Parts: sequence; structure tokens; C-alpha cells
Amino acid sequence: MKHLEQIHNQSAWLTSLISVLLGMLVGAGMMLAAGYDPLLAYGALFQNAIFQPYDLGETIRTITPLILTGLAVGLAFRTGLFNIGVEGQMIIGSLAAAIVGLKFSLPPVLHSAAAVAAAAVAGALWAFIPGLLKAVRGVHEVITTIMMNFIALNLSNWLVRTWLSNGADSTDKIKESASLRWDLLSQWFDNSRIHLGIMIALLAAYGMYVLLWKTTYGFELRAVGYNPHASEYAGMNVKRSILSSMMISGMFAGLAGACQLLGTSGYLSIRGGFEGIGFDGIAVALLGANAPIGILLAAVLFGVLTYGGGNMQFAADVPFEVIRVVFAAIILFVAANLSQSIFSRARGMRREPHA
Amino acid sequence: MLDVMANILQTTVLYSTPLVLAAMGGLFSERSGVVNIALEGLMTIGAFTAAVATLATGNPWLGLAAAMLSGVAFAWPHAAASIRFKADQVVSGVAINFLALGTSVYLVKHLYDSGQTPTVQETLKRMPIPGLDQIPVIGPSLFNAFPTTYIALVVSILSYIVLYRTPFGMRLRAVGEHPRAAETMGVNVVRMRYTAVLISGALAALGGAGLSIAIGSEFNQNTVAGQGFIALAALIFGKWHPFGALGAASFFGFAVALALMGQFFGLTQYVSSEVLNMLPYVLTILALAGFVGRAEAPAAIGKVYETDSR
Amino acid sequence: MNAVEMRGITKRFPGIVANDQVHLSVNQGEIHALLGENGAGKSTLMNILFGLYQPDEGEIFIREKPVKITGPTKAAALGIGMVHQHFMLVEPFTVTENIILGAEPTSRGCIDRHRAEREVREISEKYGLRVDPTARIRDISVGMQQRVEILKTLYRGAEVLIFDEPTAVLSPQEIDELMEIMENLVREGKTIIFITHKLKEIMRICDTVTVIRRGKTIGSTSVKGTSEQELASMMVGREVSFSVNKQESRPGKTVLKVQSLTVKDSRGVEAVRGLDLEVRAGEIVGLAGVDGNGQSELLEAITGLRKAHAGDILLNGEAITRLQPRAIARRGVGHIPEDRQKRGLVLDFSIGENMVLQTYDQTPFAKGFLLRYPEIFRHAKRLIEDFDVRTPDEQTHARALSGGNQQKAIIAREVDRDPDLLIAAQPTRGLDVGAIEFIHRRLVEQRDKGKAVLLMSLELDEILKLSDRIAVMYGGRIAGWLNPKTTNEEEIGLLMAGGKVGEEVAQG
Repeated sequence: MKHLEQIHNQSAWLTSLISVLLGMLVGAGMMLAAGYDPLLAYGALFQNAIFQPYDLGETIRTITPLILTGLAVGLAFRTGLFNIGVEGQMIIGSLAAAIVGLKFSLPPVLHSAAAVAAAAVAGALWAFIPGLLKAVRGVHEVITTIMMNFIALNLSNWLVRTWLSNGADSTDKIKESASLRWDLLSQWFDNSRIHLGIMIALLAAYGMYVLLWKTTYGFELRAVGYNPHASEYAGMNVKRSILSSMMISGMFAGLAGACQLLGTSGYLSIRGGFEGIGFDGIAVALLGANAPIGILLAAVLFGVLTYGGGNMQFAADVPFEVIRVVFAAIILFVAANLSQSIFSRARGMRREPHA
Repeated sequence: MLDVMANILQTTVLYSTPLVLAAMGGLFSERSGVVNIALEGLMTIGAFTAAVATLATGNPWLGLAAAMLSGVAFAWPHAAASIRFKADQVVSGVAINFLALGTSVYLVKHLYDSGQTPTVQETLKRMPIPGLDQIPVIGPSLFNAFPTTYIALVVSILSYIVLYRTPFGMRLRAVGEHPRAAETMGVNVVRMRYTAVLISGALAALGGAGLSIAIGSEFNQNTVAGQGFIALAALIFGKWHPFGALGAASFFGFAVALALMGQFFGLTQYVSSEVLNMLPYVLTILALAGFVGRAEAPAAIGKVYETDSR
Repeated sequence: MNAVEMRGITKRFPGIVANDQVHLSVNQGEIHALLGENGAGKSTLMNILFGLYQPDEGEIFIREKPVKITGPTKAAALGIGMVHQHFMLVEPFTVTENIILGAEPTSRGCIDRHRAEREVREISEKYGLRVDPTARIRDISVGMQQRVEILKTLYRGAEVLIFDEPTAVLSPQEIDELMEIMENLVREGKTIIFITHKLKEIMRICDTVTVIRRGKTIGSTSVKGTSEQELASMMVGREVSFSVNKQESRPGKTVLKVQSLTVKDSRGVEAVRGLDLEVRAGEIVGLAGVDGNGQSELLEAITGLRKAHAGDILLNGEAITRLQPRAIARRGVGHIPEDRQKRGLVLDFSIGENMVLQTYDQTPFAKGFLLRYPEIFRHAKRLIEDFDVRTPDEQTHARALSGGNQQKAIIAREVDRDPDLLIAAQPTRGLDVGAIEFIHRRLVEQRDKGKAVLLMSLELDEILKLSDRIAVMYGGRIAGWLNPKTTNEEEIGLLMAGGKVGEEVAQG
């Protein structure tokens, strides 16, 4: 049976791998249909994402929030929750980081730490609301978190326009002391916008691993995720578990928001719509089988595709959005576990057709 | 004052129309037991296709028809993934939203080398109903509306009749409540759900089409901007009932109208438009939490149906 | 004439052969029992006859003609109807809507409600199945719901009716009524196939019985020429003793005392109403009753899963009424829950993790807030051996185990915690005879070690076999106490139905 488990894990890897290949094939098909050269395009994509220090730095910068949103979605999945609200929790995280970065004056390291902490807390609190509704009133978190996304978007815009900027479209730059940039690091990568957020993301991934699989509390969170009834029977506090899972997930999302604001943009502006990194987290988590290592690898892949996709537009004239289609196809293939059904059919092991 | 009311009512009707159509789409899918958070994407592809087809043919009616076909085409992978391949329906819906937005913006850039389509000249025009459109206040808004508004009303009434008066509708609802019971009574659960999801695609895309060739006259990546999710909210707020959803969608349309018109009437001095924008979402959360009457979802919603489960 | 004949039916599922060359022939106008243990393949065979599964081999004849039953619609067209054990009813729909679903009368494209209701009324009168055609399913009683199930088949013109374990959910009265209905149906020329594992019901109403064991037909016989004893050994495959060897009980001090306890169910209705109960060390108290008379709520209240509305629960003299489930468990209450897959196990956890479901945060399984997996697995290994849990190893997911082994794992976990009070709710439901015997032995063993055991079961046999005292629950109260040595099923049945019994044993 240990053997079986290994196969199971293998098949998860295989599913992911095949889904990625199929997804890229779909993208290639779309390029061909529109008269582009997919080989040239993908070539340009990978070449421009990794090989130059500057591009590598920028790719890592792109990967950073993807890891965090992937962890946010993945941790929720592992504990039986579907957090589509990562996008909104991230916006609130950015908002909190911006407020601390703009309105407070603290010494350098302390200031950025405070801003990051504020973002984490804000993200957790934003996730607390759907968590509470789920735990206390049994409201499904999918709908509430979607709704919370739009509320977050409007709240952020409102505060940017009123309190944070006096009617402008964006705030001033945050104070230098709150920034996650580190000149030395940027210089290593040819003055790219890489920032210390990547350390936060890697720490968060390790944190999720330890929490879920090494601690008694993680044992509870996973048990409640798999079977709340049995967990209640075993004396665990199911409501508290749901709330904690949701808040830890929101915390990861808030950290992603902090990275974007304190590391990448440095100011907050009115949003016309969603940035989408929170939604990308769903793809990252799914592809990474909701496990920290898988999520890291998936975030790398999506980060490379995202950053390289921009260059692809440049080099091969292919509109960037084809990458979004590739993402969508990958999600569909992973979710439908297409590779598995292809294989089991090939082995003639599929259950009989529906009666 | 009457002018203001007429104006607000007109804007309400204008912005409710796409929501009503998409909510009716969601109604069919969710009543059959398939969660449809893909409404956003289905509206997007509908808006895109309507604009492109109208630009190509010069006939907005052909644009509507093409939009419905595109909706069916994009609802199909959602149906296949969630019914045939037993994927998580929410995940599959998310993927369709990605897919629709990605595909449409990709094609817009490819076709027009720009982030949006050129302006559509031959949009649908307001169709006054002679006589009725002269009634003060409600006349100009209800009886001098875009054809899509009339379509939305007819679709709502038809949805009610189909779901609650015909064998097809009864079977569809039975499939959404207790699929196994329906199957033992000879109802083909898989076919029923496929049909429902495809209808849902056609209606949501029709709603989206109104955004690009009636209310607006172009398509870009912000044309739909969350209205699919508002439609989903309306469906839930309306307790998965055609008239409930119609009412809720109209109410949310009213919120949009207030946010838009507020600037003209100085309302935004008191309440900012962002706060008004939040209204539909806040209300839906309250409704779900049971503070505004409890919403009861179809019992089998979101659950994979295993035909050969033992 | 044969109404139904199934020849050489074989049906394989991944990993098992559910039906292996099964034969069944049912005469026109008889009540034919299909007898077998849980998992013997009865339901698979009937699902094939009803078109839900396709057989891998074999032929089916209906009224002597070969047929291929491709789905429920085809089965209905051939006059075969099924009354499912788990009712196939759409809760928010009305009685009429449920009956006509899939075969709706229409006029001009819409459902003709009036005609439908009239037709339902006509059939229900013809067969003496009183129902209110306009009532909603969620508002009517279980017995009434079963009538709707029967009406569904009759509405489609069924000639052969399959009843899948129809008495499991009924009270003794409702069972009597059902038997009457079945006799009525046969009088009207219908044929009935009656799936059951209850021998008494077969002796009472059936004409012929076919026995299935492990997917194979064992034999077919006329009920008149057989006995319960003979049927039982055919069903199980060896001589079955109807009693468990156990010593006279030597009850000690009171371990559990429940005083005027009131508990509300999920809908806020009082399910337990001022109940008193006492269980002493060294005895097994059997809690009998028709499902839904407050037994589940009582056990949930004792274990802390449900809040008591009023009254007290004392364990070894200490109140545990307001304690959390974990605190109660740690004070010495073990609980084998009613639904093992829902409550008892986290199916996606390993056996090892399941074995420490309550104790994962205590030494030696945890140090501070860190888990110690080597200890967890070592512990599991020991329990697996002691309780003969058949599993490849302790890291296997609980999902991969058979029902019997899942139950053994739960019992291992609960007994190993060495509780003063062991609560066992339906501990043998759905298990095969071997597992049942094992579990019964373990329960008696606990009693003999001086533990208090509270056994809730819907199977009277089990209650009679194991209990030292029997408490019958009816309407949220203990309707009476009986002595298993002097009482019989009829007497228990009477109390279960709310009747009175002359001779009762005094409590305590």
C-alpha cells in the first residue's frame, strides 16, 4: 500500500505534467490558428524569462506573489475550504501595507516589517468574515469570498480617492523605509525590481509545510478539512478550525499584497478591475496538488509564463493573452484529471460506460 | 423630480437587462445541480462575439445569434469537465472565466491590433412600443427600451413556465435536488445537466451581447467587469427562482444606476459611488447569512453525480 | 408461469465479483424472498433487474420472453418497479410530482396537474395506499413516504414490484401495514420480490425464498417446507448459534446516570424528553427502539456532541452535562459512533492517524505542539495486531479498508483508551457474520472487565443476544425496561410502538 501511495503521488505529478503539456499545446493551436509561429513564440518566452540576470530577477519578482496566493488557495483546499477571495484579501493586504507605508514614520527595517505585518493581519481579517459566516451560519465560502473581492476592490478605490490621495487616481510613493527593495539584491540582478518578498514567500511555504504536517494544530486543520463530522466526534473545535484555516489563508494572501505594494509598485492606485494574481493562485495550487513543494514549482512555471509572455508579445508579436488561455486550459485539464482518464482508457481499465 | 425618477428608472432597466439574462442562464444550470460561476466568462465571450459578428456582418441580430452560439461553445467545456469528467464545478467555472477573457482579448488584439474593437455602428436601437411609450415616467424606460430588454422579460417568463410547468423543467429541478431519484424514474441525468449548462451559456452570452452592441458599442477587457458575478449574486439573492432572480437583478441594476446617475444629481456628495457599487455584494452576503430571508440552494448543487455508484 | 427469470447472471466490479452465475426464478403472483447477508449481492442483482446495472453475463426473461433491460425506463416498460431502501424521493416536490416524474401527463406541453392528482388518487384508493397527493415529501412521515415509493411503481403499471429491505426504517405497526399492503398487491395479481435478511418476515409473508451467499445462489425453497434455523445456515454457510456465550453479569457501581434529560434535535424539536437512565459497571444495557425515537440524540448528548436542553448527565457521580466532547472522552467515555464513515474515521487519513484521532496532542504522540509520527505508527501497529485489523500496514488510508476492518479499527481505538463507559451505536450495521461475532465478543469482554456498556441497536436480535438489561425508547423516553431472559421480540416490539407491557424489570 505504501507502494500504492507512491503511485498516487506519481500520478499527481504525471497529471500536472501532462496538463501543462496539453495546456501549452492548446496555446500552440491558438497561435497556429491565428497565423503565428508557436515554436518561435515559446522559444522567445523561455529565453527571455530566464537567461539574462535582469529577466531572471523580474521573473522571480513575478513568481513571488504567485507562491503566496498559491499557498493561500492550497492551504484552504487542504483544510476543506475553497478560498476564491484571495484576490480581495490581497487587495486589502496591499491597502494595509500602503497605509502603514504612507502614514507612519518608523526606522527602515522596522517600518517594512510593520507594513508586512499589517498586510498579513488585514488579509486574515478580510478572510475572517467569510470564515465566520461559514463556521457559524454554514454559508458556503465560495460565494461570500467572491462578493468580498468586489467589496475589497471598491473599498480600496474609495480610500485611495479620498483618504490616501485627496481625489487623485493614485497615492504618493510609500516612504523608502517601508520598501522591500534592497539595492544590493537589485544590483545582483542587473537593477531589476526583485525584492525581499521572495524570502517571505519561501518562508511561508516552509511554514505551511511545518504547520500542516508537523504540528498537532495542523493535524486538526487537516482532519476538519477531510471530515468535519469525525473531527467533531473526536473532540476538535470545528468552527475554530474553519476560522483559523480561512485566516491563515487570508494571511498568505495579505502577504502577497504586501509584496506587490512594498516590493513592486510602491504606491496604490485606483483599480479598474482585478489584477488576477489571486485567481492565478487557484491555478498554482491546483497544479501544485496543494502541497508546498508543488506550489513552489507551479508558481515558477506560471511566473515564467507570465513574465516571458510579455516578452513573447515583443519578440514574436503574439498577444500576451494566449498565456491566459494556456492557464485556463491547464486548470481545466488538471481539474478534469484528463490524463488519468486517458491512461486508464488506454489500459482498458475504465469502468463500464454509464448504464 | 419626475424627470429624475424617469432617468433613474431608465438607467435601471438598461443595466438590469444583461444581469437578468445572465441570471436566468445561471438559473438553469444551478437548478440542474451544476454550479455556474462561469457566468462572467460566458458574458465576456458573448460580448466579444456580438461585437465582432456585428462589425463583420453589419447586422446586430446576427451578432446576438453568434453570441448565443459562442456561449454554448464555451459552456460546453464547463459541462464536459463538471459532468463527464467529474471535475470540481467551481474550479471548472474559474477556468472558463480565464479561458473566455483570454481568448476574447487575444482575438481582439489579433484582429484589430488594439486592446478594443472598433466602434460598432450598427448597434441595436431602442424600440418604442407605440402608445405605451407615452406613459409618463415608466413609458420611456420600460416601453422605449432596447430589444434585449424585451427579450430579457420574455426569457424570464418563459424560464418560469419551462421550469415550473413543463415535464422538462420538473425533471431538470429533480436532477438538481436528487439526481439518483430522477435516474430511477428514467430521467437521463447527464443529458439533462448538459442541456441545462448549454442553455445557461446561451443566455449568459446573450446578456453579455447587450453590453457590447446595445448599451455600449465596443468590446474591451473591461466590458463585462464583474457583471457575471453580480448576476450570480442576483440568482442567489432571488433564491434560485426566476421571478426572484428577475427582481434581484433589477434591484442590482438600480444600484448600478444610482452609482452612475448619482454623480449627476449630487447624490455622491453623501454616498460615494464606490459604496453604492458595493451594495449588491453586501446584500448578497447578508442574504446568504440569513439576515434577509434564508436562501436555500438546490440540494444536489455542486455535487458530482456518479452513475455507477454502488 | 414465471414472472421473472434470471439465468447465470454475473456482474463484476473492480476487485470483486458481486454476482457469480446467479439464478432466480419468480412465479407469477407470489411473494418471493431474496435472502442474504449484507454484501451478498442481493442489491446488485435487483439493480440489474431494474436496469441500473448491466450484467456482464447471463440472461433475463420476463413472462418467459428474453429481454435486455437497458435502463429504468425499459424496466418500467416491462412492468418492473422498485421500492428503494433509501427512498428515491425529491424532498421539496409534492407527492404527485414525485409519482409522475418521468411519466408526466401533459396538455399542450404543460404538466396536467389536475389529471395527475386524479390519477394518483385513483390508484391510491384501488390499492388501499392512503396518501395526500398535494402534500410535500418533507412534511410527511416515513411510512407515508414509503407508500409514495410504492405508488410510483404502480403509476407506471408495474406488475413485478421489488421491495429492497422495506422494513428497516419502519415501526412494528408500519411493518404490519406494509405486510397488509403487500398481500393486497398480490391479491390484485402483482408479483413481489422481497429483499431482506430478516428471517421472521420471510416466514410470515413469503411463498418462496431464494438464498444468496457471497454472490452465488445457494438454493431456492418453498417457505412452508423450511425453518428459520435452516434458512439462517443457508444464508451464513454454517450452523449459526442464536446466542452468545456469556457469563451472568455482576453489575457494580453506577457509571452513567442520566436524569430527566431533554435534548432537542437539529430542527429544534424535543427528541429526548425528560429521560432517566442508569448503566452500571459490568453490565450491557441494550437501547432498543424504532429509528428516530431519540436514541441518536441521547447518545450525542451523553458524548457532548449535542447540547442538553435540560437535565443532568453524571459519569461516576460527576456532572458531564456541559462539557465539551473532548473533556467527556478524557473522563472515560468511549464511543463507537452510529455512522462509522461519517463520524468514526477520517477516511483520507492513514490508519495510524485515525488511531490517535482524540489523543494526537498527548504524549507520547506529541511533544509540545509537534507530532511524533514514529510513536503514532508504533501505537497503530500494536492495535492492528491486537484487534486483527486486516490492513496492508498502518500507513494505509482508512478508505482502503473493508467496512468490517474499519469498524475494528474504531473499536480498537475506543477500547484501547480504556474507558469506564463504552457507548456502541449500531456497531455491527452492514457487517458480515465473522465481523459481527468478533465485535460481539469484544463488547462482552469489556463488560466482563467491569466496564459499563451502552449498546444502541435497531436489530432486536443483537439487543436480545448481548444485553443484560433492555431499555426500550419510544418518543424520547424510556418506555420500559425488560429482562432479556424472560422477554421476547413481540414484547419489545409492543413497547417500541408505544404500547404497555405487564411485566417489567425494575430499574437499577
